[in-house]
Amino acid sequence: MAKYQKPKTRSKMKTTPTHAAAAEAFLKDGERSHWHDDTLWHVRSKRDVAAQKIPEWENLRNNASQIKDYVLSNLDNLLLQFEKNASENGIEVLWAKDADEHNQHVLRILEENQVKNLVKSKSILTEECGLNHFLEDKGYDVVDTDLGERIIQFNKQVPSHIVMPAIHLKKKEIGDIFHEHLGTEAGADDPAYLTEAARQHLRQKFIQAKAAITGVNFGIAETGGFVVCTNEGNADMGTHLADLHIACMGIEKLIPRAADLGVFLRLLARSATGQSITNYTSHFHRPREGKKMYLILVDNGRTDQLGREDFRNSLKCIRCGACMNTCPIYRRSSGFSYGSTVPGPIGSILSPGMDLKKHSTLPFASTLCGSCTDVCPVKINIHEQLYKWRQVITKEGPSQPSKKWAMRFGGNVMSKPKLFDMMGKMARKSLTISPRGFIYNSFNAWGKHRELPEVPKESFKDWYRKNRKQ
Amino acid sequence: MKVGLFIPCYVDQFYPQVAIASLELLESAGVDVDYPLKQTCCGQPMANSGYQDYGEGAADLFRKNFSGFDYVVCPSGSCTLHTKDHIYSGKDNEPKVYELCEFLTDVLKIKNLKANFPYKVGIHASCHGLRGLNLAKPSEIMGVEFNKPKQLLEMVNGIELVNLTRKDECCGFGGTFAVFEEAVSVSMGKDRIKDHEEQGVQVITGADMSCLMHLEGILRRENSPVKVMHIAEILNGQVPKTQNQK
Repeated sequence: MAKYQKPKTRSKMKTTPTHAAAAEAFLKDGERSHWHDDTLWHVRSKRDVAAQKIPEWENLRNNASQIKDYVLSNLDNLLLQFEKNASENGIEVLWAKDADEHNQHVLRILEENQVKNLVKSKSILTEECGLNHFLEDKGYDVVDTDLGERIIQFNKQVPSHIVMPAIHLKKKEIGDIFHEHLGTEAGADDPAYLTEAARQHLRQKFIQAKAAITGVNFGIAETGGFVVCTNEGNADMGTHLADLHIACMGIEKLIPRAADLGVFLRLLARSATGQSITNYTSHFHRPREGKKMYLILVDNGRTDQLGREDFRNSLKCIRCGACMNTCPIYRRSSGFSYGSTVPGPIGSILSPGMDLKKHSTLPFASTLCGSCTDVCPVKINIHEQLYKWRQVITKEGPSQPSKKWAMRFGGNVMSKPKLFDMMGKMARKSLTISPRGFIYNSFNAWGKHRELPEVPKESFKDWYRKNRKQ
Repeated sequence: MKVGLFIPCYVDQFYPQVAIASLELLESAGVDVDYPLKQTCCGQPMANSGYQDYGEGAADLFRKNFSGFDYVVCPSGSCTLHTKDHIYSGKDNEPKVYELCEFLTDVLKIKNLKANFPYKVGIHASCHGLRGLNLAKPSEIMGVEFNKPKQLLEMVNGIELVNLTRKDECCGFGGTFAVFEEAVSVSMGKDRIKDHEEQGVQVITGADMSCLMHLEGILRRENSPVKVMHIAEILNGQVPKTQNQK
């Protein structure tokens, strides 16, 4: 009954394809999907090499996980400590309960300071809040300065990966985008040439910008300072030149002490790209003389997730993207197939908490292979949470009557030995006598590209009765 | 030591030779093994699809069938893991559940086998056995290498084990994932097969028949000469049979 009373949700459902459908579409271009798979597998391999060089790697993961456990258990007090110390340092701290409040804070700051041009370094949080579109609609010139983000901004796309946002594009395609937007030579695909063009273009934007927006990798409760990690130095270039710095931070990005940073910095870049550390690890504590610094602490569903016992430790995530690089499904279906800000395994346990109906197919986009859990630097039990979301979704998500009926029927057969034996015999018999076209029909998804097993003349149970028990 | 043999539902129905090999391996090691005739399934297909409640009847039946045994041994990593995680809670009065390979290496401490298998073999490391039961060291985890299925296969005469490019990537079976995410599942399976084929593998083996059923389905559709065999069959001295192609 309820499903007809919510037209808004229904229309959303229609426009959100299932992960399976989006993945199938991506896989139609076999060459591209193999290229995508190989590219990300290469990153996973680099991570393995980097981790192998650290004898205490597994201890580091344990430490990081335990520190984050402590943070999640004491988040309220740590946040207040962080706010107090940051404020005393001269940072204006703002709280946002959701995406809208976050965006309104940013807008107000820009208006108060009469800023029209701003540069941004990578922040998945601002993607989550839809900040770019919000500001662009109000006439602001928002320039993403991370190379990958600038490429997809030109291409009017969202990131397909949280660390490598344009990983879905090939060099040639980037050349075409730059030809159109930056006037580079048609057909150019030399990375050095294209990067230089982007560099020159972005230098102008850095100089013009009056405000710089950054994300936050780690906020330190003890000091009130925060750390931003980039490989391109774009966060630094932006914040050093602009009069004001707005840092947007999810409330779970906190760590207790400066001494804890070493644990996370050693894990982050190695897990993400196989580098020992990001090229730039910038520590911000207070605004420079005559400049302003704002820090917006965003909830946007995080305290709800904290309240879900089975799913709370998904908030340990440090956004390294290792689970995406290792996930055999992500590599073969690309980030867009997930239809969520954070794609891949971690996205599939975070997103249902934000919108269960919209993201109801994501926890099923997994074989529960567990590779994500084993690469995770903060030891989030991702595949176990995928399993648990499945249990929630079949009860509270969109109804799937035929699947439900089949599972109920299956469960019933499996609880009755005689019925099971009889059904098994019937199934084997019908597979033996039916014509091939009857078995391999359009409803048989297994048989589209696979043969069914050959049918043996008897079950093991029949064999056992004859050969072991009289 | 009283051992109950648990044979997964699809192995009972479609791969009786795997169950026979498992039984004979245990018998020839002198184990007092019994196969409770009222067994069906552990309930994993329902549970992994999000309907754990519908698998409760199967779980109750399972506990009834195997009460009184010291050990439950099963030739499938995935079903073993499900049983450990969702049917038992690790109490002292419950039977201890072991996947066949780990039972042979850790409990029986098998040191040699009579089997002969003069073929080039690739091991498919099924995920639930690998990462859930720790049958081997997963490539993601840092530390000392170990591999229980490989340890057993190395006792087989004449066998040639190959090194794969991606030694423990998932094959894409994943239970109902194989049908609900058919395109990704098949793509993953084809990639796994390609890795084995590039190393000149004649037989793909592993400790989970479900993954092998998926790979076999693709191999037979593509008329590949590569065969699949459950590890119990090789350890028990069986040789590849000629399979019918499509």
